[in-house]
Amino acid sequence: MISVKKKGVLGDLKESLIQKIFQTSGLLAIIVLLGIFALLFYTAIPAFREVSLKEFLTSTRWDPTSPERPEYGLLSMLASTVMVTIGALLIAFPVGVAVAAYLSDVASPRVREIVKPVVELLAAIPSVVVGFIGITLVGPMIAKIFNLSHGLTALNGSLLLAIMALPTIISISEDSLNAVPISFVEASLALGANRWQTLVRVKIPAALSGIIASLMLGMGRAIGETMTVLMATGNARAFPQGFLQSVRTLTANIAIELGEVPYYTTHYYALFAIGLVLFIMTFFVNLTADVILEKQKRKLQ
Amino acid sequence: MKKLTATIGLLALLLVASLGLTSPASAQKKMIQIKGSDTMVNLVQILAEEYMAKKPGTAIAVLGGGSGTGITAIINGTCDLANHSREWKPKELDLAYEKGVRPRIFAIAVDALSIIVNEKNPIETLTMAQVGSIFRGEIKNWKVLGGPDQKISLYGRQSNSGTYSFLQEHVLNNKNYSPDVKEMNGNAQIIEAVVQDLAGIGYVGVGYLYDEKGEVRKGLKVLKIKKDDNAPEYSPLDKEAVYSAKYAISRPLYQCTNGKPSAAVADFIRFELSPEGQAIVEKEGFFKIGKDLMDQNEKNLR
Repeated sequence: MISVKKKGVLGDLKESLIQKIFQTSGLLAIIVLLGIFALLFYTAIPAFREVSLKEFLTSTRWDPTSPERPEYGLLSMLASTVMVTIGALLIAFPVGVAVAAYLSDVASPRVREIVKPVVELLAAIPSVVVGFIGITLVGPMIAKIFNLSHGLTALNGSLLLAIMALPTIISISEDSLNAVPISFVEASLALGANRWQTLVRVKIPAALSGIIASLMLGMGRAIGETMTVLMATGNARAFPQGFLQSVRTLTANIAIELGEVPYYTTHYYALFAIGLVLFIMTFFVNLTADVILEKQKRKLQ
Repeated sequence: MKKLTATIGLLALLLVASLGLTSPASAQKKMIQIKGSDTMVNLVQILAEEYMAKKPGTAIAVLGGGSGTGITAIINGTCDLANHSREWKPKELDLAYEKGVRPRIFAIAVDALSIIVNEKNPIETLTMAQVGSIFRGEIKNWKVLGGPDQKISLYGRQSNSGTYSFLQEHVLNNKNYSPDVKEMNGNAQIIEAVVQDLAGIGYVGVGYLYDEKGEVRKGLKVLKIKKDDNAPEYSPLDKEAVYSAKYAISRPLYQCTNGKPSAAVADFIRFELSPEGQAIVEKEGFFKIGKDLMDQNEKNLR
């Protein structure tokens, strides 16, 4: 029996006060989220007084300061964002899952103790430093390998974003692999499967929803990343033709133009409209990840 | 728990920092906030350092960001002095007047806009029309200009840059830039890119061409420019050609204030325009301003 101290009136008051504080904090997060959404929405809407929604979503030309005719098409930048993100995940996902499997299944406790903090440290590298590496190291390497005159390409951005998405993918995949009940593994081994078969046919399928959630969260990180792609991808506005061309992502465009734009002009509102598009994209990616993670938790309980 | 401790630590640190900032010693200093053109940021920084060495009572902070950023800052009242390498656009003037801002403009130096390529590029000279065609994306291969069969790799500044606007207005004849231009964050980045890119071409302010020793950066070739096919060619490195306006793409570099400059700001501008200030301008690779502009400045200072 655990003995419970008798609480006086004061204790009750304290407890309800603390409860209130926690409750408010929880609510605050929701209020902030709704507030940001409302602000974005409110500031983005005036853009469509002058720009048709159709032009905004289907035109590939973005040139708001053009002396010929200002153009507000987001499609090229949307395609660039999707391309760079998918490229990053194609690299980071297999590597990330392999590292997670290694950490949870193969690595000795000592190795794990070293590798895990190192992976987590990877998440702590400022994005501007990653971008710098892209300019000075990864970019020139790409130029050399593919015989290009420069390396400021979508591939450069994808490689760097892959590095940045890795910690998320590794740590969430590893957590979900570790959450697979030991009884599954024991049953598999008892039936004569070797460790590889157990990993590939039992553990990974059992943890699959968690692994997919890690992919989604990594994607959320990659879509929203700004500084690195701004520095590494060359920021050409043309519609992307391939991974070896310069591209400009949605985030980079906002970062480039928001600092200079005269306030309360169509250009200004249009940048917020881009922000709204980004917000909706990352919101759905993160929401999907959450739903999948929740499912996984229930399945394994 | 760890996070909480870290947060408290951070808050404490901020508190200490803010206390330090409000100490009485720094409160008495006159502060001048300067913002704007990336082309001018190094030059004005050096002018400010020299000035502060002479007048320790003034603290000057110089930020870049682009001419558009500087002009926006003057309109929004977030700086005392804006650097801009292009003239005000009618839209910006309207906005300023609407907000009760009355810009006063001073020319502090002259820049020769330089077209640069990689050292290994055999091209030496381009006409204004050719430069325009290249950046509009009409000429796509160096072969057309007598160079190697290689796709031209374009480097430029972002649309908030005065240099971007100036080139668009005076060389691209107010036509759109090619969407393939890679937009770099400042003059220095364009230079780094062109030094590495054999097929690269870019445009920068003349002051950025030199390294610490006052020589043209290694790996870079500064193109000579002809006004048209029959005109003689001139280099932006040729002082005499720039001063006599024979070099085709030179432009004044400006600063502006909102209304009559305050005593502290006026004193700094006087220093920039003094023979000593103008000597620094030349040492940094830019050019001194002529008599007409100087008279205009004098009027605006009063």
